[in-house]
Amino acid sequence: MVPVQCYFVLSALLFFIGVFGFITRRNLIAMLISVELILNAVDINFAAFNRLLFPDSMEGMFMTLFSIGVSAAESAVAIAIIINVYRNFKSDSVDSIKNMKW
Amino acid sequence: MANLVMFCILAVVILGAAIVCVTTTRIMRAATFMLFVLFGVAGLYFLLDYTYLGAAQISVYAGGVTMIYVFAIQLVNKRTLQGLTERMKVSRAVWGGLLTVVGCATVILVLLKNKFMYNFGVMPDVEVPMKSIGQALVGSGRYEYVLAFEFISLFLLACIIGSLVVARKEEK
Repeated sequence: MVPVQCYFVLSALLFFIGVFGFITRRNLIAMLISVELILNAVDINFAAFNRLLFPDSMEGMFMTLFSIGVSAAESAVAIAIIINVYRNFKSDSVDSIKNMKW
Repeated sequence: MANLVMFCILAVVILGAAIVCVTTTRIMRAATFMLFVLFGVAGLYFLLDYTYLGAAQISVYAGGVTMIYVFAIQLVNKRTLQGLTERMKVSRAVWGGLLTVVGCATVILVLLKNKFMYNFGVMPDVEVPMKSIGQALVGSGRYEYVLAFEFISLFLLACIIGSLVVARKEEK
């Protein structure tokens, strides 16, 4: 059986890899992919906490399940916004969005 | 022991694919390596005996979200696909890396220093039964989640309609 610390170290590393990508990249889609990595790291933590520390309950598992659903909705909305930004500014870099008006 | 070997393989796959995903300059490769990360996380759920969660991860994330990303890249990112890639500034990468290392060290130290996680019991080596998952998902009693379930279905519908409205072409 895998010790619980391994899961936490793995998810912390994955989380901060995502943070690094979010800080350094300037492409909108690459930043969104980094956000997905961060969300997955947190989901690993929820599931590992629930399974290894409180194996009788299922709260963490349902939290992960709903988080997967919410992140699917979030990425759909974000992709729609990115497509609209590309249509208006002809670029997909965050630096191109100088102001939020038309 | 077999679990530990499987965990090590999955950890190497997840971390390696994540590092390549955030450092590569081509967006399509980043999406592909994100797919590897998602499969690795699904493998972790299978390792924790959350079979339903692993199946949901594969079908929703690896099947759905990655498809959305690939379509968006094809629609948006013509220059990147034709070989011109995103520039990465060195100073920003250095500062980001420094911040990341400091934050990661802090979080891992806090996680490993606290005491409550060392009283974890032995994980029962059985799969969580599908029947209890289903009853908890649509039951209305204590520790049952029908309200959240209904809310998230409405929320998904609202998000899909909202993104259709945002992304539609303006008629002039």
